Amino acid sequence: MTTFAHELKASYAFMERNFFLTRRYWGWEIAFLVYSVAGALSISLIGADQGSPRLLLLLMVGAIFWNYLSVVFSWIAETISVERWEGTLEYTMMAPIRRWSQLLGSVLYAMLYGLIHTAVILVVLILFFPQLDFTGANPLTVVAFMLLGSFSFVGIGMIAAILPLLYVERGAQMTFVLQSCLLLVSGVYYSIDILPGWMQVLSHLSPATYVLDGVRKGLIDGAPVTALLGDVWPLVVMGAVLIPFGLWAFGRAERYAKRTGKLKRVG
Amino acid sequence: MTATVLGQQKIARPNALRGAGKAAAIDTAVPALLVEGVTKRFVVGRKRKPVVAISNVSLRLERGDIVGILGANGSGKSTLIRLVSGLLTLDSGRVSVFGFDIERDELEVKRLINRVSVDAAFFKKLSPMENLLFAARLYGLDVAGAKREAVAILGRLGIGEKRVGRPIEQMSRGMQQKVAIARALLTSPALLLLDEPTTGLDPRSKLDVQTFIEELRETHDASIVLTTHDLDEAERLCDSITVLAGGRTVVEDTPAGLIAAEARRMGRPATLHDVFMTHTGRSLDDDVEEGEADDIE
Repeated sequence: MTTFAHELKASYAFMERNFFLTRRYWGWEIAFLVYSVAGALSISLIGADQGSPRLLLLLMVGAIFWNYLSVVFSWIAETISVERWEGTLEYTMMAPIRRWSQLLGSVLYAMLYGLIHTAVILVVLILFFPQLDFTGANPLTVVAFMLLGSFSFVGIGMIAAILPLLYVERGAQMTFVLQSCLLLVSGVYYSIDILPGWMQVLSHLSPATYVLDGVRKGLIDGAPVTALLGDVWPLVVMGAVLIPFGLWAFGRAERYAKRTGKLKRVG
Repeated sequence: MTATVLGQQKIARPNALRGAGKAAAIDTAVPALLVEGVTKRFVVGRKRKPVVAISNVSLRLERGDIVGILGANGSGKSTLIRLVSGLLTLDSGRVSVFGFDIERDELEVKRLINRVSVDAAFFKKLSPMENLLFAARLYGLDVAGAKREAVAILGRLGIGEKRVGRPIEQMSRGMQQKVAIARALLTSPALLLLDEPTTGLDPRSKLDVQTFIEELRETHDASIVLTTHDLDEAERLCDSITVLAGGRTVVEDTPAGLIAAEARRMGRPATLHDVFMTHTGRSLDDDVEEGEADDIE
């Protein structure tokens, strides 16, 4: 078996294991889905309450697609914390595989899981708001921006996954700080124009800003991807920079954890 | 302490390693494990001096042998196992497995070793089979063959086929430890690191595991490093024993050699317990009462 094929097989192992875990925690998955649907509905109803179909759509898109990005982010960021919790981290680190194949498996499963999860929420919301008209929507644009945004979030997720490596007890919780900061500056539920100037600078550094802008213009205005190159190129650049940087940073963090003994299970 | 050849070279056993590439990669002329002058320190606070967990330890394990590492809690046994596993970086010294350097040839070494630790670490919601298949894929094994092999190994360890599909969390600790041993064996490691594999097991489970370790070296051509608090176990299973205290090697020899030397020193028949007392300055029973784990290990 070639090295590359072996690494892909290892990536598949992580996908399969995560699927087994999802299947075994099916009760939690249903609870999480209900929670996500309720959250998206609550936020969307603010728009309905204002009697503005456009506001309703803006909020709905924000709620649904932030859910997608945060699900992808969480799965990747929890790659380490889940293994630390279960006590399997040392065994995984001892396996004869390269770290990228572990992260690739986690990433692919996260994207697949996120897409299915988001699709369910989208269907529920469409059924809940039958008055919404999507006939002019451009689904290709929506899918393109979700995929482009995923790559950037993968890079950020890899960087977040470092935190549980470095901070044994509270590293997992620290990833939520990163996530909430992205939520604040990315214009998920409001226009970034209302933010203070210094925060708007940060908005332009968040991939979620471009994803949400692209998805909204595609879904609400029917804009094609070619008309949204201003949102596309920052995502391409961020993905190209953040994924290699995330891998590099993860490798450095792993080396640090091995030097200081932080791979060992605690708790 | 300089590296010392411990134990006698075994007559070559049938090579039961499945992966042809793996078998071909092993140079039978070199020791299974060579630890040379290894030191490891941990920084425990900015204003405190680093703790020396392992200090200039050397060890040589010939192919097919079992070396026992004995020592009190905090003596550095588990740290040494983690260093050999590549889970900790070396501050100084060198470790090689079948001639492969653990830092320079990291992936090659990882293909040759596996480890069973005192705590059976699994995804507890998953079944033994799901956990074992995950390991099989990571080590590049054929999944269908791995399934058959997993059932056979688990069966040999007393876990029936009907149990392999249920969540591990429903199993006793002894059963979980047997699954951990099965996981390690599934990958046919040429060097098996057993870090207190029988600690906390009931007498029956302990005996099962010990018997299986004996069978393992007879049939799987595995070289084994065993850390244990059970001196009878060490005497029964090990070709040679290294006693650690404060991160240093204080004595090393065959079990019979250690006991004979102690008997000469005491002027009466001695046991491995006497050897331990003399060289660590404490009773192992006292040590076990302090707790199974400690800060350094």
